[in-house]
Amino acid sequence: MLTKATNTLRNDLTMMIKKLLSVVALSLTCTVALAAGGGHKLDTAPDRINDMASLQNGAKLFVNYCLGCHSANSMRYNKLTEIGLTDEMIQKNLLFTGEKVGDLMHIAMKPEDAKRWFGTAPPDLSVIARAKSENMGHSGVDYVYTLMRSFYRDTTKASGWDNLVFPSIAMPNILWELQGPRAMERTVVHEVEQADGSMQWERIVSKYDADGFSEIKAEPLKDYEGSAVDKALLSSPDPRQIAQFDNDVADLANFLGWMAEPMQLQRKQLGVWVLLFLGLFLVVAWRLNASYWKHVK
Amino acid sequence: MAGEKTVDTTGLLGWIDKRFPLSTMVKEHMSEYYAPKNFNFWYFFGSLAMLVLVIQIVTGIFLVMNYKPDAKLAFESVEYIMREVPWGWLIRYMHSTGASMFFVVVYLHMLRGLFYGSYRKPRELVWIFGVAIFLSLMGEAFFGYLLPWGQMSYWGAQVIVNLFSAIPFIGPDLAIWIRGDYVVSDATLNRFFAFHVIAIPLVILGLVVAHIIALHEVGSNNPDGVEIKQGPKDRYGRPVDGIPFHPYYTVHDIMGVAGFLIVFAAIIFFAPEMGGYFLEYNNFIPADPLKTPPHIAPVWYFTPFYSMLRATTADFTLVLAGAAVLAAIALFFKGNLKGIWRVAVPVILLLVAVLLRTIDAKFWGVVAMGGAVVILFFLPWLDHSPVKSIRYRPGWHKFLYAIFIINFLVLGFLGTQAPNPTYNLMSQIGTLIYLGFFLLMPVWSRLGTFKQVPDRVTFHAH
Repeated sequence: MLTKATNTLRNDLTMMIKKLLSVVALSLTCTVALAAGGGHKLDTAPDRINDMASLQNGAKLFVNYCLGCHSANSMRYNKLTEIGLTDEMIQKNLLFTGEKVGDLMHIAMKPEDAKRWFGTAPPDLSVIARAKSENMGHSGVDYVYTLMRSFYRDTTKASGWDNLVFPSIAMPNILWELQGPRAMERTVVHEVEQADGSMQWERIVSKYDADGFSEIKAEPLKDYEGSAVDKALLSSPDPRQIAQFDNDVADLANFLGWMAEPMQLQRKQLGVWVLLFLGLFLVVAWRLNASYWKHVK
Repeated sequence: MAGEKTVDTTGLLGWIDKRFPLSTMVKEHMSEYYAPKNFNFWYFFGSLAMLVLVIQIVTGIFLVMNYKPDAKLAFESVEYIMREVPWGWLIRYMHSTGASMFFVVVYLHMLRGLFYGSYRKPRELVWIFGVAIFLSLMGEAFFGYLLPWGQMSYWGAQVIVNLFSAIPFIGPDLAIWIRGDYVVSDATLNRFFAFHVIAIPLVILGLVVAHIIALHEVGSNNPDGVEIKQGPKDRYGRPVDGIPFHPYYTVHDIMGVAGFLIVFAAIIFFAPEMGGYFLEYNNFIPADPLKTPPHIAPVWYFTPFYSMLRATTADFTLVLAGAAVLAAIALFFKGNLKGIWRVAVPVILLLVAVLLRTIDAKFWGVVAMGGAVVILFFLPWLDHSPVKSIRYRPGWHKFLYAIFIINFLVLGFLGTQAPNPTYNLMSQIGTLIYLGFFLLMPVWSRLGTFKQVPDRVTFHAH
């Protein structure tokens, strides 16, 4: 445990130095717009629900990274056979603490302990992708995909991390090793009420470096002719790593989407046949009706 | 044998008919029940409502076999049905989609009645039984919605039961009596389960039987609002404009069933959540009595009435009180009430106006919401138009109906949204339009130039 922490610290430092030396022009950046009121605009996750390799990678990431703190109480390990894994593969690669393949994905951590350690009990993730969907809007898969890619270092937070989608999130950035160092720059332009009651535009630029140290500058804007702005820019020194990371998070989100309703593939396949049958039934019913009614004057 | 009835039938059927009026009942309600032959698209929804009722009962029986009405187990038992019970997901989606489609079908069925004046004499009881079914259906849906024990189940029930506490004097105790606890809890879940699976379904079945017996007693109305029993008859005394329900309308309704099932299956297999309106996303979070969701909205079929509840603020009771005073004055001077009623009704209205400003607005919100449903019972006596069907009403009546429908949909939309001042004003206007449509009906329904109603139904051979 302790060696792991030291390693972590060393890695962190190396990364920091690397980052300082890296050419800024090389950095991969992504801009995200923030809706008024701090709500974060969600990215659309790639649709991989029919991609078994993606679902298997997602399952692996889920069991390795998420299942330590989050349970999936409605999910059985051997349900993963439906995404192409065998009982032997599940036994060998995904079961670590003596569970059986037929067991549900319970966790050992008690909710009371979790509350003491993190301030809140991590929610069960069985149906989280459905719970986080918006009416006629983004799916919960999009939510997870964006959430897991929106962490940045902030030393002022208890876990050392903060998140653009879920400000002051209790969860640390569990995937930080896969993600690599990340800096964040946020620009907010908003109106502030002055002492005399008049409104004055102000720009606040907050920069968080890869170690979470922030530099926040506020300046009044004179003659500003525009609307309120809330933009955040996440940047990473290694574009290849971040592309791989995005890909992994897409798989993880995809898996959570599948796990929320494991029968969804079967449901859609069956639906096609049911509709074809009903279409035929409608034709028969229509002709039957017509043959009865043709004599009615 | 002495005392044995003579029947036309022979064999097994004859044996039964001597002991039970099987053939007579089949004839009376099916093969010799004469229905007008000009039924249109709108007449599918009665039989479809029966179909959905059967679907709900059958799927419900299978759900009860695996569901656990226990606050600790309920949420996970629903997921157990979705994942572990063979075909459980299909049964559950049929039941959850069936709940919403029940309301779709029933709203369209009621709208049909409104269009063609199917509640008018002699069909008042058919309509009253129907409104009672609608009211029971609302109860059934409300009790059933608690069972998945998600956040929306829990807080929706909490909000609705709290409404009862707005009733003066007995309210708070009444709310506790309904819940069986100080908050919605395991006790509430158990009693709601009992109501959902036994009490209300029994009431609904009884009312459906009464609805159909009353209908077959007076005969079906039709899009022209013409009484076929008063029209020409053939030499056997059968109405010429009528046609035996079986086989003509049974085959016709099978076609409607096929069309309906296509829509039903499309939702079940391709959009079971219907964008979060049939299955609310928040309800995939287990109920947490300590965490109030930021926005609580009932399921879509309750939202028009929920809007009227929220619209009734303290300011709005002033508008309602003003309307009551105006109505009192108008009825006293212009109304044609007889004897004691000429004084009593305006006095009652003035008293209501005073109470509107003295009792808490929350109570009046409950009254507005309940009144919006209860007022439907009185429709047969509110409508004074000389014709039944919308086809022969003045053009501007159709315009009023259009406004009423759009207004109902807008109220429904507003009820799903988080409140804000603009939306609140819109729901207040919507509430006035809804109530005004019915309360002013005795006046407006007789105004205008009505078209000549034909003697016979309009029917073009297929």
